[in-house]
Formats: sequence, C-alpha cells, structure tokens
Amino acid sequence: MSDFVSDTWHYYVAGLVILSLMFCIWVLISNMTKRVKGPVALHGHIWDEDLQEYNNPLPRWWMWLFWLTLAFGIAYFTLYPGLGRWQGKIGWSAVGQYKAEVAAEDAVIKPIYDKYMKQDLLAVAADPEAQVMGQRLFLTYCTQCHGSDARGAKGFPNLTDTDWLYGGESATIKTTITGGRNGVMPPWGAVLGADGVKDVANYVRSLSGLAHDSLRAQRGKDAFMTNCVACHGPEGKGNAALGAPNLTDRVWLWGSSEATIIETVSKGRTNQMPAFKERLGDEKVHLLAAYVLSLSKSQAK
Amino acid sequence: MKLNNELIEKSVPWLIVLTLMVISVGGLVEIVPLFFQHSTTKPVEGVKPYDPVRLTGRDIYVREGCYLCHSQMIRPFRAETERYGHYSVAGEFVYDHPFQWGSKRTGPDLARVGGRYSDVWQRAHLLNPRDVVPESNMPAFSWLDRPLKAADVATIETKMRALRAVGVPYTDAEIAAAPKALEGVSELDALVAYLQGLGTAIPAGNK
Repeated sequence: MSDFVSDTWHYYVAGLVILSLMFCIWVLISNMTKRVKGPVALHGHIWDEDLQEYNNPLPRWWMWLFWLTLAFGIAYFTLYPGLGRWQGKIGWSAVGQYKAEVAAEDAVIKPIYDKYMKQDLLAVAADPEAQVMGQRLFLTYCTQCHGSDARGAKGFPNLTDTDWLYGGESATIKTTITGGRNGVMPPWGAVLGADGVKDVANYVRSLSGLAHDSLRAQRGKDAFMTNCVACHGPEGKGNAALGAPNLTDRVWLWGSSEATIIETVSKGRTNQMPAFKERLGDEKVHLLAAYVLSLSKSQAK
Repeated sequence: MKLNNELIEKSVPWLIVLTLMVISVGGLVEIVPLFFQHSTTKPVEGVKPYDPVRLTGRDIYVREGCYLCHSQMIRPFRAETERYGHYSVAGEFVYDHPFQWGSKRTGPDLARVGGRYSDVWQRAHLLNPRDVVPESNMPAFSWLDRPLKAADVATIETKMRALRAVGVPYTDAEIAAAPKALEGVSELDALVAYLQGLGTAIPAGNK
C-alpha cells in the first residue's frame, strides 16, 4: 500500500534522491585530482587586477569525509524509508517506534495496575504506593480545575473536605470520574424578578446562619418552598442524586456573599465535570478514585 | 563552452541557474510530494471544516498569539500521549490554513484540549487563569468577553470563500448562513467553541 496518489510520485522521489546522490559522487570523483610535483597550476581566473588562485587538489581528510557521508547516505536509504515508497530493510517507522515504547512501558506498569484493579478502592486508598501513583496522575490530569492541592477553585469543588455534591462513597467517586457529571442550576432571574432573587438569596444565607435581612428572608422562604425545593429539598439540605448542593452547611462552591448568591440564583450555574474513562482508561480512574478518597479520608480523621 | 570556475563565477545567470538547481532538490523531494499523498491531503474521519463561530474563534486564537506559547502537535512519544492523548496525525489539519502546530511550549499542547475542560473552566481560565490555576503564568485575556468586532462579522463570507479557494469544502448555503451564526456571539464564545473542538475527531485515549 502506497500513501502516494499515484506511483509516479514514488519514482519521482526515488529518482531525484538517487540522481542527487549520483551527482554528488560525480562531483567528488571529477575533483579527485592528484597533487602534482613542481609548480601548482593556476585557476586562470583573475580578480581585482592581479588576484589569482592555485588549483590545489582537495584536502584528503575532507575528501574522505565526503565519501563517508555518501556511504552513510546510501546505508540510510537502504535501511530506512526515504526512497519513495521503499520501507527500508529494518522496517522502521515513527509509529512503530512509538508502539514499541508504549508496549515496553506497559509491560512494567500493567502488573502494578492489575494488582490494584483486584483490590477494593478503600484498600487502594490506604496503600502508600498507590497514593504516590494517584497523586502523580492527579497532578497531571486533575489540577487544572481542582488545584494542585485539590482544594478546588471558585466553581470547582474542593476534594479534601468531607462535603460531596454527588456523594462520597468510593463507588460514587469512581462513577464521577468515569462518566463525568453535569450539574445544572437553571436561571431564576426571569421567574423571581430582581427583588425576589434578593429575597431568596437572603433566605439561603439564613440557612447556614450567615448575616441576612430577616424580612427578606421570610419572603424568600415562600419563593424557596415553591421553586427551589425540588432540588435543594424543603430544609435546603440538597440532593446528592442530582448534585444539588446542601445549602445549610458552610461549604460554598461559588461563594456565599449576597452578590454571588444573587448571581447564582438569577443566572443559574453549569458545573460540568468531563468524563475521563475514555481518556484515561479504567486503571488510572481506579487509582485516581482511590487517591481522591484518601484525600477526604485523611481530613475526616 | 567549458564548465569551469571562471564561467560559474563570472556569469551571474549561470550562478543563479545552478544554485537554484541545487537548492530546489530538497523542496522538490520533501515538500512537493506532500501535496500528492493520501495521509496529508485527506481529512481523518470526523474532521469537519470549521463552522463560522469556530473559524472566528480560530482567528482570535491567532490574533492573541496563542501559538507563541501553545503548540497543537502531539508527537508520537509515550510521555506526550500519556499527558495529551493520541498523537496528532496529518489528516487532522487539512482544513487548517495555516496550521497552528507552533514550535514552542511555554504552556501545554492544545491539539486535543477539546472536551478536556468544561466551558465554564475555559471562560474563567481565559479571563484570568489564576482564578482556576493559581500557579499559572499565562497572561489574562480579560478583554475577550465582548461582542465580536463588526469587521470580523462582515468579513466572514469572504474568509470562507478564500478558504474554499484553497480546498475547504464550504457550500454556498453554509457561506450565506455564516453572518447569522455570528449574531450575538462574543469573542470569548467563539474562542471557547474553537478550543472545545480541537482534536475531537480522534478518541482522546492514547491506546
């Protein structure tokens, strides 16, 4: 199978390469003059009135280097691809080299992965070696959103506390990494109106004991019971099945200031965790889930 | 006429002709055949021409000089595919004029950044990278959250026709519908749309 659209291109490339090589050989041979005894002849070309040049033979060492490069070229084109569709005697390809590299590394790592795949997540989480591996994976794939200390950022959950949007059981964490999550809070600005949103924000702040306007909170409670209760529950304790946050604790994904809550309620929020199964494969997801589990466990102690 | 030093050195036309012959061999052998190879001219399955929004986002990517710090070329080394995903192949870039392979990585490679982060992350990160990655040394592109410039919208059809002239298969209907697609789109929207599409034709896993 040739990658060229027609065989002409194979002959075109191979022909030009061989011609060039032959040209270089011809140039070299035609210049291999012997050193003559006696006075050296001149080139016969005069510059600037009287400047002339001796026609000395090429230095031997330089000539041999030239022959060496030509020999290298011929050997290269025999062994490696280069002459049109010729694949080379040793069958080297960039992809082949890559696959060999991956296979060699997999042979080392697979037994380690297999060992952990057979273990329960809690057991892996307690394994110090697995934790080191998990941390390396975390630093490569997860820190961009969750931070290198796993404490998250505005809009991206802190993984070191004991608060979980979707639940902190080992299987749930693994599901989250495997399939990703899509948490959507719809915008309520149009439904509640600017004043209504402010009332709800004050009620939400009152749930976790933050400073609030009690009159607004009282009005906001009614709106909350009509609109927000479906996901956040009548007590505002959230719903892990939907990823709806508990509003009564002091953990805030986007922030607890009145202005931020007003923004959240009126414009809604979209929190998407990408799915990593396809990107990373089961083994790495397993180790990562164990690592994340260990982060939260160490906090719980 | 004898071909000797004097002839070549004294006659400018001969000097030009012979020099051109020598230096053109490299181009004739290494560049010209690339236009006649399947792997470099046929799109990989799933690679589609940029839609107007992504095309505009791509131009913003170029305008802001993202290519100065970010490459879009995953080389076939395990160290790269482990981090970025499947190595890049030529057929992924057939609609890129010019391609954004880049030559320097101050930041990470972006060839397969599509879908790796959420839109929310991309927006927060572009406006101020340190909001999400405190260690980041990427500049903040805080001005991006503004409507597309009128000139960018006005030239989209010309741009698509120019790309069609070099082989991107846009239809007349697609070109005619382009200005409408850009209505109400911000520069940030366009750039994020472009980034989220990067490298998604090939599954991200490196196996």
